Amino acid sequence: MKFRTTGRHVKEGSKSVFRNGWMTVSAIGATTTTLLLVGVFLAVMLNLNEFASSIEEDIEVRVFIENTANEQQVDQLGEKMESIDNVASVEYSSKEEELEGLVDSLGDQGQAFELFEQTNPLNDVYIIDPTRPTAADSIASEVNNLNHVYEVDYGEEIVQRIFTFNDYARTIGLALIIGLVFTAIFLISNTVRITILARKKEIGIMKLVGATNSFIRWPFFIEGMLLGLLGSVIPIAALAGGYYYLYYYLRDSINFDFVQLLPFNPFIWQLSALILAIGVFIGIWGSVMSVRKFLKV
Amino acid sequence: MIEMQGVYKTYPNGVTALNGLDTHIDQGEFVYVVGPSGAGKSTFIKLIFREEKPSKGSIFINDIDLASMKEKRIPKLRRKVGVVYQDFRLLPRMTVYENVAFALEVIEEHPANIRTRVMDVLDQVRLKNKARFIPDELSGGEQQRVSIARAIANRPRILIADEPTGNLDPETSWEIMHILEEINATGTTILMATHNREIVNTVKKRVIAIEDGMIVRDENRGDYGYEI
Repeated sequence: MKFRTTGRHVKEGSKSVFRNGWMTVSAIGATTTTLLLVGVFLAVMLNLNEFASSIEEDIEVRVFIENTANEQQVDQLGEKMESIDNVASVEYSSKEEELEGLVDSLGDQGQAFELFEQTNPLNDVYIIDPTRPTAADSIASEVNNLNHVYEVDYGEEIVQRIFTFNDYARTIGLALIIGLVFTAIFLISNTVRITILARKKEIGIMKLVGATNSFIRWPFFIEGMLLGLLGSVIPIAALAGGYYYLYYYLRDSINFDFVQLLPFNPFIWQLSALILAIGVFIGIWGSVMSVRKFLKV
Repeated sequence: MIEMQGVYKTYPNGVTALNGLDTHIDQGEFVYVVGPSGAGKSTFIKLIFREEKPSKGSIFINDIDLASMKEKRIPKLRRKVGVVYQDFRLLPRMTVYENVAFALEVIEEHPANIRTRVMDVLDQVRLKNKARFIPDELSGGEQQRVSIARAIANRPRILIADEPTGNLDPETSWEIMHILEEINATGTTILMATHNREIVNTVKKRVIAIEDGMIVRDENRGDYGYEI
Protein backbone atom coordinates (compact mmCIF):
# COMPACT_ATOMS: atom_id res chain seq x y z
CA MET A 1 0.00 0.00 0.00
CA LYS A 2 1.27 3.38 -0.90
CA PHE A 3 1.19 5.84 1.95
CA ARG A 4 -0.85 8.45 0.12
CA THR A 5 -3.68 5.99 -0.42
CA THR A 6 -3.89 5.14 3.28
CA GLY A 7 -6.20 8.08 3.77
CA ARG A 8 -8.50 6.85 1.05
CA HIS A 9 -8.74 3.38 2.58
CA VAL A 10 -9.47 4.74 6.05
CA LYS A 11 -12.09 7.07 4.62
CA GLU A 12 -13.75 4.34 2.58
CA GLY A 13 -13.65 1.89 5.46
CA SER A 14 -15.17 4.25 8.00
CA LYS A 15 -17.73 5.51 5.51
CA SER A 16 -18.89 1.95 5.14
CA VAL A 17 -19.32 1.58 8.89
CA PHE A 18 -21.73 4.51 8.94
CA ARG A 19 -23.43 3.77 5.63
CA ASN A 20 -24.42 0.27 6.69
CA GLY A 21 -26.48 1.48 9.65
CA TRP A 22 -28.29 -1.41 11.24
CA MET A 23 -25.95 -4.01 9.85
CA THR A 24 -23.13 -2.24 11.61
CA VAL A 25 -25.16 -2.12 14.82
CA SER A 26 -25.83 -5.85 14.64
CA ALA A 27 -22.20 -6.69 13.93
CA ILE A 28 -21.03 -4.52 16.79
CA GLY A 29 -23.73 -6.03 19.00
CA ALA A 30 -22.50 -9.50 18.23
CA THR A 31 -18.92 -8.54 18.95
CA THR A 32 -19.92 -6.77 22.16
CA THR A 33 -21.81 -9.78 23.48
CA THR A 34 -19.01 -12.13 22.54
CA LEU A 35 -16.28 -10.02 24.03
CA LEU A 36 -18.25 -9.45 27.21
CA LEU A 37 -18.62 -13.18 27.75
CA VAL A 38 -15.06 -13.87 26.66
CA GLY A 39 -13.86 -11.19 29.06
CA VAL A 40 -15.76 -12.62 32.03
CA PHE A 41 -14.45 -16.11 31.26
CA LEU A 42 -10.95 -14.81 30.86
CA ALA A 43 -11.10 -12.91 34.15
CA VAL A 44 -12.40 -15.95 36.00
CA MET A 45 -9.96 -18.31 34.32
CA LEU A 46 -6.91 -16.17 34.84
CA ASN A 47 -7.77 -15.72 38.50
CA LEU A 48 -8.38 -19.43 38.93
CA ASN A 49 -5.09 -20.11 37.25
CA GLU A 50 -3.28 -17.77 39.55
CA PHE A 51 -5.01 -19.31 42.55
CA ALA A 52 -4.14 -22.81 41.42
CA SER A 53 -0.51 -22.05 40.77
CA SER A 54 -0.14 -20.32 44.11
CA ILE A 55 -1.43 -23.48 45.74
CA GLU A 56 0.80 -25.59 43.58
CA GLU A 57 3.78 -23.63 44.72
CA ASP A 58 2.91 -24.28 48.34
CA ILE A 59 2.87 -28.02 47.92
CA GLU A 60 5.30 -29.83 50.17
CA VAL A 61 5.60 -33.45 51.20
CA ARG A 62 5.61 -33.93 54.96
CA VAL A 63 7.27 -37.11 56.12
CA PHE A 64 6.42 -38.08 59.71
CA ILE A 65 9.23 -40.06 61.29
CA GLU A 66 8.53 -43.01 63.57
CA ASN A 67 9.12 -42.03 67.20
CA THR A 68 11.12 -45.21 67.72
CA ALA A 69 13.82 -44.26 65.22
CA ASN A 70 17.19 -43.27 66.69
CA GLU A 71 19.26 -40.33 65.62
CA GLN A 72 21.41 -42.28 63.21
CA GLN A 73 18.41 -43.85 61.51
CA VAL A 74 16.79 -40.44 61.15
CA ASP A 75 19.91 -39.06 59.52
CA GLN A 76 20.08 -42.01 57.12
CA LEU A 77 16.44 -41.49 56.19
CA GLY A 78 17.16 -37.86 55.38
CA GLU A 79 20.08 -38.78 53.12
CA LYS A 80 18.03 -41.40 51.30
CA MET A 81 15.25 -38.91 50.63
CA GLU A 82 17.64 -36.38 49.21
CA SER A 83 18.60 -38.84 46.51
CA ILE A 84 14.99 -39.32 45.32
CA ASP A 85 14.19 -37.83 41.90
CA ASN A 86 12.58 -34.39 41.77
CA VAL A 87 13.40 -33.56 45.35
CA ALA A 88 14.60 -29.98 45.54
CA SER A 89 15.35 -29.84 49.26
CA VAL A 90 14.79 -31.76 52.45
CA GLU A 91 14.39 -29.94 55.71
CA TYR A 92 14.26 -31.39 59.18
CA SER A 93 11.81 -30.14 61.74
CA SER A 94 11.79 -31.55 65.25
CA LYS A 95 8.55 -32.32 67.10
CA GLU A 96 9.18 -29.31 69.37
CA GLU A 97 9.38 -27.02 66.35
CA GLU A 98 6.24 -28.64 64.95
CA LEU A 99 4.31 -27.99 68.14
CA GLU A 100 5.50 -24.41 68.21
CA GLY A 101 4.35 -23.97 64.62
CA LEU A 102 0.97 -25.48 65.42
CA VAL A 103 0.49 -23.25 68.43
CA ASP A 104 1.46 -20.17 66.44
CA SER A 105 -0.82 -20.99 63.52
CA LEU A 106 -3.84 -21.35 65.78
CA GLY A 107 -3.31 -18.05 67.54
CA ASP A 108 -5.22 -17.68 70.81
CA GLN A 109 -6.82 -21.08 70.57
CA GLY A 110 -3.37 -22.59 70.24
CA GLN A 111 -2.56 -21.87 73.83
CA ALA A 112 -4.54 -24.93 74.75
CA PHE A 113 -1.85 -27.05 73.15
CA GLU A 114 0.88 -25.59 75.30
CA LEU A 115 -0.10 -28.26 77.80
CA PHE A 116 1.47 -30.81 75.54
CA GLU A 117 4.90 -29.27 75.80
CA GLN A 118 5.90 -31.89 78.37
CA THR A 119 4.59 -34.95 76.56
CA ASN A 120 4.68 -33.93 72.93
CA PRO A 121 2.45 -36.30 70.89
CA LEU A 122 3.75 -35.07 67.54
CA ASN A 123 6.39 -36.68 65.36
CA ASP A 124 9.65 -35.34 64.07
CA VAL A 125 9.16 -34.36 60.46
CA TYR A 126 11.07 -34.07 57.22
CA ILE A 127 9.65 -31.48 54.87
CA ILE A 128 10.40 -32.20 51.22
CA ASP A 129 10.12 -29.45 48.64
CA PRO A 130 9.53 -31.03 45.21
CA THR A 131 11.09 -29.48 42.10
CA ARG A 132 7.63 -29.41 40.49
CA PRO A 133 4.23 -29.71 42.14
CA THR A 134 3.06 -32.71 40.15
CA ALA A 135 6.04 -34.75 41.37
CA ALA A 136 4.67 -34.74 44.94
CA ASP A 137 2.71 -37.90 44.28
CA SER A 138 5.64 -40.02 43.12
CA ILE A 139 7.92 -38.68 45.83
CA ALA A 140 5.35 -39.55 48.46
CA SER A 141 5.00 -43.12 47.30
CA GLU A 142 8.75 -43.62 47.18
CA VAL A 143 9.24 -42.21 50.65
CA ASN A 144 6.50 -44.52 51.92
CA ASN A 145 8.72 -47.51 51.14
CA LEU A 146 11.60 -46.27 53.26
CA ASN A 147 12.21 -47.48 56.80
CA HIS A 148 11.18 -45.52 59.86
CA VAL A 149 8.54 -43.55 58.00
CA TYR A 150 5.36 -43.28 60.04
CA GLU A 151 3.24 -41.40 57.54
CA VAL A 152 3.53 -39.27 54.42
CA ASP A 153 1.19 -36.38 53.71
CA TYR A 154 1.02 -33.82 50.94
CA GLY A 155 -2.68 -32.97 51.06
CA GLU A 156 -3.31 -35.20 48.08
CA GLU A 157 -7.08 -35.05 48.14
CA ILE A 158 -7.32 -31.30 48.02
CA VAL A 159 -4.46 -31.02 45.60
CA GLN A 160 -5.96 -33.54 43.21
CA ARG A 161 -9.34 -31.91 43.41
CA ILE A 162 -7.91 -28.51 42.62
CA PHE A 163 -5.89 -29.89 39.74
CA THR A 164 -8.92 -31.61 38.22
CA PHE A 165 -11.22 -28.69 38.74
CA ASN A 166 -8.71 -26.34 37.24
CA ASP A 167 -8.23 -28.59 34.23
CA TYR A 168 -11.97 -28.77 33.62
CA ALA A 169 -12.40 -25.05 34.06
CA ARG A 170 -9.57 -24.36 31.66
CA THR A 171 -10.87 -26.72 28.97
CA ILE A 172 -14.49 -25.65 29.19
CA GLY A 173 -13.59 -21.99 29.34
CA LEU A 174 -11.31 -22.28 26.35
CA ALA A 175 -13.91 -24.20 24.34
CA LEU A 176 -16.54 -21.58 25.14
CA ILE A 177 -14.22 -18.73 24.22
CA ILE A 178 -13.29 -20.31 20.89
CA GLY A 179 -16.93 -21.06 20.12
CA LEU A 180 -17.96 -17.50 20.89
CA VAL A 181 -15.13 -16.04 18.85
CA PHE A 182 -16.14 -18.08 15.82
CA THR A 183 -19.77 -17.08 16.20
CA ALA A 184 -18.78 -13.45 16.21
CA ILE A 185 -16.50 -13.90 13.19
CA PHE A 186 -19.38 -15.52 11.36
CA LEU A 187 -21.77 -12.68 12.23
CA ILE A 188 -19.27 -10.03 11.20
CA SER A 189 -18.45 -11.76 7.97
CA ASN A 190 -22.15 -11.94 7.18
CA THR A 191 -22.57 -8.26 7.83
CA VAL A 192 -19.64 -7.36 5.67
CA ARG A 193 -20.81 -9.72 2.96
CA ILE A 194 -24.03 -7.78 2.67
CA THR A 195 -22.14 -4.53 2.44
CA ILE A 196 -19.98 -6.06 -0.27
CA LEU A 197 -22.97 -7.18 -2.30
CA ALA A 198 -23.98 -3.54 -2.41
CA ARG A 199 -20.53 -2.68 -3.68
CA LYS A 200 -20.11 -5.57 -6.06
CA LYS A 201 -20.33 -3.34 -9.10
CA GLU A 202 -17.74 -1.02 -7.69
CA ILE A 203 -15.39 -3.91 -6.99
CA GLY A 204 -15.98 -5.26 -10.49
CA ILE A 205 -14.95 -1.94 -12.01
CA MET A 206 -11.96 -1.70 -9.72
CA LYS A 207 -10.80 -5.08 -10.94
CA LEU A 208 -11.54 -4.18 -14.53
CA VAL A 209 -9.29 -1.16 -14.51
CA GLY A 210 -6.48 -3.01 -12.78
CA ALA A 211 -6.79 -2.36 -9.03
CA THR A 212 -4.80 -4.90 -7.04
CA ASN A 213 -6.61 -7.24 -4.67
CA SER A 214 -4.90 -5.73 -1.68
CA PHE A 215 -6.05 -2.28 -2.74
CA ILE A 216 -9.63 -3.56 -2.84
CA ARG A 217 -9.23 -5.39 0.43
CA TRP A 218 -7.85 -2.52 2.50
CA PRO A 219 -11.11 -0.62 3.11
CA PHE A 220 -12.78 -3.85 4.23
CA PHE A 221 -9.83 -4.59 6.45
CA ILE A 222 -10.27 -1.21 8.07
CA GLU A 223 -14.03 -1.60 8.29
CA GLY A 224 -13.55 -4.91 10.09
CA MET A 225 -11.01 -3.39 12.40
CA LEU A 226 -13.37 -0.54 13.27
CA LEU A 227 -16.23 -2.95 13.93
CA GLY A 228 -13.95 -4.88 16.27
CA LEU A 229 -12.75 -1.73 18.00
CA LEU A 230 -16.26 -0.38 18.49
CA GLY A 231 -17.43 -3.78 19.67
CA SER A 232 -14.81 -3.91 22.40
CA VAL A 233 -15.61 -0.53 23.98
CA ILE A 234 -18.55 -1.65 26.10
CA PRO A 235 -17.01 -4.97 27.20
CA ILE A 236 -13.81 -3.25 28.31
CA ALA A 237 -15.70 -0.59 30.24
CA ALA A 238 -17.99 -3.15 31.86
CA LEU A 239 -15.16 -5.48 32.80
CA ALA A 240 -13.04 -2.70 34.21
CA GLY A 241 -15.98 -1.37 36.21
CA GLY A 242 -17.03 -4.80 37.42
CA TYR A 243 -13.55 -5.86 38.42
CA TYR A 244 -12.91 -2.56 40.13
CA TYR A 245 -16.05 -3.05 42.22
CA LEU A 246 -15.16 -6.66 42.97
CA TYR A 247 -11.59 -5.88 43.84
CA TYR A 248 -12.00 -2.77 45.96
CA TYR A 249 -15.48 -3.09 47.48
CA LEU A 250 -16.74 -6.61 47.48
CA ARG A 251 -13.42 -8.01 48.68
CA ASP A 252 -13.91 -6.36 52.05
CA SER A 253 -17.44 -7.54 52.59
CA ILE A 254 -16.80 -11.17 51.68
CA ASN A 255 -14.07 -13.14 53.33
CA PHE A 256 -11.59 -13.62 50.53
CA ASP A 257 -8.79 -14.73 52.75
CA PHE A 258 -7.52 -17.63 50.79
CA VAL A 259 -8.63 -16.53 47.32
CA GLN A 260 -6.27 -13.81 46.23
CA LEU A 261 -7.67 -11.79 43.29
CA LEU A 262 -5.14 -10.59 40.76
CA PRO A 263 -4.42 -6.93 41.50
CA PHE A 264 -6.69 -4.52 39.59
CA ASN A 265 -3.69 -2.74 38.17
CA PRO A 266 -2.09 -4.13 35.94
CA PHE A 267 -4.53 -7.03 35.47
CA ILE A 268 -7.33 -4.94 34.01
CA TRP A 269 -4.97 -3.32 31.50
CA GLN A 270 -3.76 -6.68 30.34
CA LEU A 271 -7.30 -7.97 30.12
CA SER A 272 -8.43 -4.88 28.18
CA ALA A 273 -5.56 -5.20 25.75
CA LEU A 274 -6.44 -8.85 25.25
CA ILE A 275 -10.14 -8.07 24.67
CA LEU A 276 -9.21 -5.33 22.25
CA ALA A 277 -6.87 -7.64 20.38
CA ILE A 278 -9.53 -10.37 20.16
CA GLY A 279 -12.11 -7.80 18.99
CA VAL A 280 -9.87 -6.45 16.27
CA PHE A 281 -8.92 -9.97 15.26
CA ILE A 282 -12.58 -11.02 15.02
CA GLY A 283 -13.44 -7.93 13.00
CA ILE A 284 -10.58 -8.19 10.56
CA TRP A 285 -10.87 -11.88 10.05
CA GLY A 286 -14.64 -11.80 9.57
CA SER A 287 -14.38 -8.97 7.12
CA VAL A 288 -11.43 -10.17 5.10
CA MET A 289 -12.89 -13.67 4.93
CA SER A 290 -16.02 -12.43 3.23
CA VAL A 291 -14.18 -10.25 0.69
CA ARG A 292 -12.02 -13.13 -0.40
CA LYS A 293 -14.51 -14.79 -2.66
CA PHE A 294 -15.40 -11.54 -4.37
CA LEU A 295 -11.82 -11.09 -5.41
CA LYS A 296 -11.75 -14.12 -7.68
CA VAL A 297 -11.51 -13.17 -11.39
CA MET B 1 1.06 -8.03 -29.81
CA ILE B 2 -1.83 -10.43 -29.36
CA GLU B 3 -0.95 -14.00 -30.24
CA MET B 4 -3.30 -16.96 -29.77
CA GLN B 5 -2.50 -20.55 -30.61
CA GLY B 6 -4.75 -23.59 -30.30
CA VAL B 7 -6.99 -21.91 -27.76
CA TYR B 8 -9.78 -24.00 -26.29
CA LYS B 9 -12.21 -22.95 -23.65
CA THR B 10 -14.66 -25.23 -21.92
CA TYR B 11 -16.68 -23.79 -19.05
CA PRO B 12 -17.19 -25.77 -15.86
CA ASN B 13 -20.81 -26.43 -16.91
CA GLY B 14 -19.56 -28.32 -19.95
CA VAL B 15 -20.24 -25.67 -22.58
CA THR B 16 -17.41 -25.41 -25.08
CA ALA B 17 -17.02 -21.80 -26.14
CA LEU B 18 -13.76 -21.93 -28.10
CA ASN B 19 -12.64 -24.83 -30.19
CA GLY B 20 -9.05 -24.40 -31.28
CA LEU B 21 -8.54 -20.77 -32.16
CA ASP B 22 -5.42 -19.24 -33.72
CA THR B 23 -4.90 -15.60 -34.45
CA HIS B 24 -2.39 -12.82 -34.48
CA ILE B 25 -3.20 -9.14 -34.02
CA ASP B 26 -0.58 -6.41 -34.42
CA GLN B 27 -0.15 -3.28 -32.35
CA GLY B 28 -2.31 -0.49 -33.72
CA GLU B 29 -4.79 -2.65 -35.60
CA PHE B 30 -8.53 -2.09 -35.55
CA VAL B 31 -10.35 -5.41 -35.58
CA TYR B 32 -14.06 -6.17 -35.71
CA VAL B 33 -15.06 -9.43 -34.10
CA VAL B 34 -18.33 -10.64 -35.61
CA GLY B 35 -20.44 -13.76 -35.47
CA PRO B 36 -23.76 -15.05 -34.19
CA SER B 37 -24.66 -14.75 -30.52
CA GLY B 38 -23.18 -17.55 -28.47
CA ALA B 39 -20.49 -18.30 -31.03
CA GLY B 40 -17.66 -17.46 -28.66
CA LYS B 41 -17.08 -13.74 -29.29
CA SER B 42 -17.42 -12.79 -25.66
CA THR B 43 -15.17 -15.59 -24.48
CA PHE B 44 -12.57 -14.60 -27.07
CA ILE B 45 -12.62 -11.08 -25.73
CA LYS B 46 -12.65 -12.09 -22.06
CA LEU B 47 -9.50 -14.14 -22.60
CA ILE B 48 -7.57 -11.05 -23.61
CA PHE B 49 -7.96 -9.29 -20.27
CA ARG B 50 -7.83 -12.52 -18.34
CA GLU B 51 -11.40 -12.50 -17.15
CA GLU B 52 -11.32 -16.08 -18.39
CA LYS B 53 -8.45 -18.50 -18.64
CA PRO B 54 -8.02 -20.82 -21.65
CA SER B 55 -8.58 -24.52 -20.97
CA LYS B 56 -5.87 -25.32 -23.50
CA GLY B 57 -3.58 -23.38 -25.79
CA SER B 58 -1.48 -20.27 -25.43
CA ILE B 59 -2.24 -16.56 -25.39
CA PHE B 60 0.47 -13.96 -25.39
CA ILE B 61 -0.03 -10.24 -24.99
CA ASN B 62 3.18 -8.30 -25.40
CA ASP B 63 5.07 -11.47 -24.54
CA ILE B 64 3.10 -12.00 -21.33
CA ASP B 65 1.87 -15.57 -21.23
CA LEU B 66 -1.74 -15.31 -20.09
CA ALA B 67 -2.29 -19.04 -19.71
CA SER B 68 0.39 -19.51 -17.08
CA MET B 69 0.22 -16.03 -15.62
CA LYS B 70 -0.06 -15.71 -11.83
CA GLU B 71 -3.25 -14.23 -10.38
CA LYS B 72 -1.17 -11.53 -8.78
CA ARG B 73 -0.06 -10.24 -12.16
CA ILE B 74 -3.58 -9.76 -13.49
CA PRO B 75 -3.92 -6.14 -12.32
CA LYS B 76 -0.77 -5.28 -14.24
CA LEU B 77 -2.24 -6.76 -17.40
CA ARG B 78 -5.55 -4.96 -16.93
CA ARG B 79 -3.73 -1.65 -16.80
CA LYS B 80 -2.59 -2.31 -20.34
CA VAL B 81 -6.00 -3.40 -21.58
CA GLY B 82 -8.99 -1.04 -21.40
CA VAL B 83 -12.49 -2.47 -21.57
CA VAL B 84 -15.79 -0.93 -22.68
CA TYR B 85 -19.09 -2.75 -22.26
CA GLN B 86 -22.46 -2.55 -23.92
CA ASP B 87 -24.04 -1.59 -20.58
CA PHE B 88 -21.43 1.09 -19.72
CA ARG B 89 -20.89 -0.09 -16.11
CA LEU B 90 -20.61 3.35 -14.59
CA LEU B 91 -20.98 3.98 -10.88
CA PRO B 92 -24.35 5.70 -10.56
CA ARG B 93 -23.61 7.78 -7.48
CA MET B 94 -20.44 9.31 -8.83
CA THR B 95 -20.14 12.19 -11.24
CA VAL B 96 -18.63 11.79 -14.68
CA TYR B 97 -15.39 13.23 -13.39
CA GLU B 98 -15.35 10.91 -10.38
CA ASN B 99 -16.11 7.86 -12.50
CA VAL B 100 -13.06 8.47 -14.64
CA ALA B 101 -10.87 9.57 -11.72
CA PHE B 102 -11.87 6.40 -9.85
CA ALA B 103 -10.07 4.30 -12.45
CA LEU B 104 -6.90 6.24 -11.81
CA GLU B 105 -7.28 6.35 -8.04
CA VAL B 106 -7.58 2.61 -7.70
CA ILE B 107 -4.35 2.03 -9.59
CA GLU B 108 -2.76 4.48 -7.14
CA GLU B 109 -1.93 7.14 -9.69
CA HIS B 110 -0.41 10.27 -8.21
CA PRO B 111 -3.24 12.68 -7.28
CA ALA B 112 -1.53 15.55 -9.06
CA ASN B 113 -1.70 13.65 -12.33
CA ILE B 114 -5.26 12.49 -11.93
CA ARG B 115 -6.93 15.84 -12.45
CA THR B 116 -5.12 16.71 -15.66
CA ARG B 117 -5.45 13.21 -17.06
CA VAL B 118 -9.21 13.06 -16.35
CA MET B 119 -9.80 16.41 -18.04
CA ASP B 120 -7.69 15.27 -20.99
CA VAL B 121 -9.64 12.10 -21.63
CA LEU B 122 -12.97 13.84 -21.06
CA ASP B 123 -11.85 16.33 -23.69
CA GLN B 124 -10.99 13.46 -25.99
CA VAL B 125 -14.53 12.07 -25.76
CA ARG B 126 -15.95 15.63 -25.86
CA LEU B 127 -17.55 15.57 -22.43
CA LYS B 128 -15.44 18.15 -20.65
CA ASN B 129 -18.51 20.34 -20.12
CA LYS B 130 -20.42 17.50 -18.43
CA ALA B 131 -17.79 16.56 -15.87
CA ARG B 132 -20.08 17.37 -12.95
CA PHE B 133 -23.09 15.43 -14.20
CA ILE B 134 -24.05 12.04 -12.84
CA PRO B 135 -24.57 9.18 -15.32
CA ASP B 136 -28.39 9.31 -15.05
CA GLU B 137 -28.39 12.85 -16.37
CA LEU B 138 -26.62 11.80 -19.56
CA SER B 139 -27.84 10.16 -22.76
CA GLY B 140 -26.81 6.61 -23.61
CA GLY B 141 -24.16 7.79 -26.06
CA GLU B 142 -22.72 10.16 -23.49
CA GLN B 143 -22.60 7.43 -20.89
CA GLN B 144 -20.75 5.20 -23.31
CA ARG B 145 -18.30 8.01 -23.95
CA VAL B 146 -17.68 8.27 -20.21
CA SER B 147 -16.96 4.56 -20.08
CA ILE B 148 -14.55 4.95 -23.01
CA ALA B 149 -12.85 7.82 -21.22
CA ARG B 150 -12.50 5.63 -18.17
CA ALA B 151 -11.11 2.74 -20.22
CA ILE B 152 -8.41 4.86 -21.85
CA ALA B 153 -7.57 6.93 -18.75
CA ASN B 154 -4.53 4.84 -17.85
CA ARG B 155 -3.28 4.77 -21.44
CA PRO B 156 -3.87 1.12 -22.30
CA ARG B 157 -2.15 -0.41 -25.33
CA ILE B 158 -5.30 -2.34 -26.20
CA LEU B 159 -8.91 -1.22 -26.00
CA ILE B 160 -11.55 -3.90 -26.01
CA ALA B 161 -15.11 -2.90 -26.79
CA ASP B 162 -17.78 -5.54 -26.27
CA GLU B 163 -20.71 -4.39 -28.43
CA PRO B 164 -20.19 -0.76 -27.51
CA THR B 165 -23.05 0.35 -29.73
CA GLY B 166 -25.42 -2.45 -28.76
CA ASN B 167 -27.67 -0.21 -26.68
CA LEU B 168 -27.43 2.89 -28.83
CA ASP B 169 -29.37 4.37 -31.74
CA PRO B 170 -27.64 4.53 -35.15
CA GLU B 171 -26.63 8.15 -34.93
CA THR B 172 -25.10 7.79 -31.48
CA SER B 173 -23.40 4.61 -32.58
CA TRP B 174 -21.55 6.58 -35.25
CA GLU B 175 -20.44 9.07 -32.64
CA ILE B 176 -18.92 6.25 -30.59
CA MET B 177 -17.35 4.75 -33.71
CA HIS B 178 -15.63 8.03 -34.56
CA ILE B 179 -14.20 8.29 -31.07
CA LEU B 180 -12.88 4.73 -31.27
CA GLU B 181 -11.24 5.55 -34.60
CA GLU B 182 -9.59 8.57 -33.07
CA ILE B 183 -8.24 6.47 -30.24
CA ASN B 184 -7.02 3.92 -32.77
CA ALA B 185 -5.23 6.69 -34.63
CA THR B 186 -3.06 7.31 -31.57
CA GLY B 187 -1.69 3.79 -31.85
CA THR B 188 -4.02 1.90 -29.53
CA THR B 189 -5.07 -1.54 -30.72
CA ILE B 190 -8.85 -1.84 -30.82
CA LEU B 191 -10.89 -5.01 -30.70
CA MET B 192 -14.57 -4.42 -31.19
CA ALA B 193 -17.12 -7.18 -30.92
CA THR B 194 -20.19 -6.00 -32.77
CA HIS B 195 -23.47 -6.83 -34.45
CA ASN B 196 -23.55 -3.48 -36.20
CA ARG B 197 -23.56 -4.41 -39.86
CA GLU B 198 -23.73 -0.84 -41.11
CA ILE B 199 -20.60 0.25 -39.29
CA VAL B 200 -18.59 -2.82 -40.28
CA ASN B 201 -19.54 -2.45 -43.91
CA THR B 202 -18.92 1.28 -44.04
CA VAL B 203 -15.76 1.77 -42.03
CA LYS B 204 -13.71 -1.04 -43.52
CA LYS B 205 -11.34 -2.75 -41.12
CA ARG B 206 -10.04 -6.22 -40.45
CA VAL B 207 -12.93 -8.60 -39.69
CA ILE B 208 -12.61 -11.77 -37.65
CA ALA B 209 -15.72 -13.95 -37.78
CA ILE B 210 -16.17 -16.54 -35.04
CA GLU B 211 -18.61 -19.43 -35.34
CA ASP B 212 -18.83 -22.48 -33.09
CA GLY B 213 -15.72 -21.39 -31.25
CA MET B 214 -13.52 -21.18 -34.34
CA ILE B 215 -12.39 -18.42 -36.65
CA VAL B 216 -14.23 -19.06 -39.91
CA ARG B 217 -13.17 -15.89 -41.69
CA ASP B 218 -10.38 -13.36 -41.25
CA GLU B 219 -10.12 -10.64 -43.90
CA ASN B 220 -8.63 -7.21 -44.08
CA ARG B 221 -11.20 -4.59 -45.05
CA GLY B 222 -13.84 -7.30 -44.77
CA ASP B 223 -17.64 -7.22 -44.69
CA TYR B 224 -20.00 -7.96 -41.84
CA GLY B 225 -21.17 -10.94 -43.86
CA TYR B 226 -24.30 -11.90 -41.95
CA GLU B 227 -27.90 -11.15 -42.76
CA ILE B 228 -29.72 -9.44 -39.92
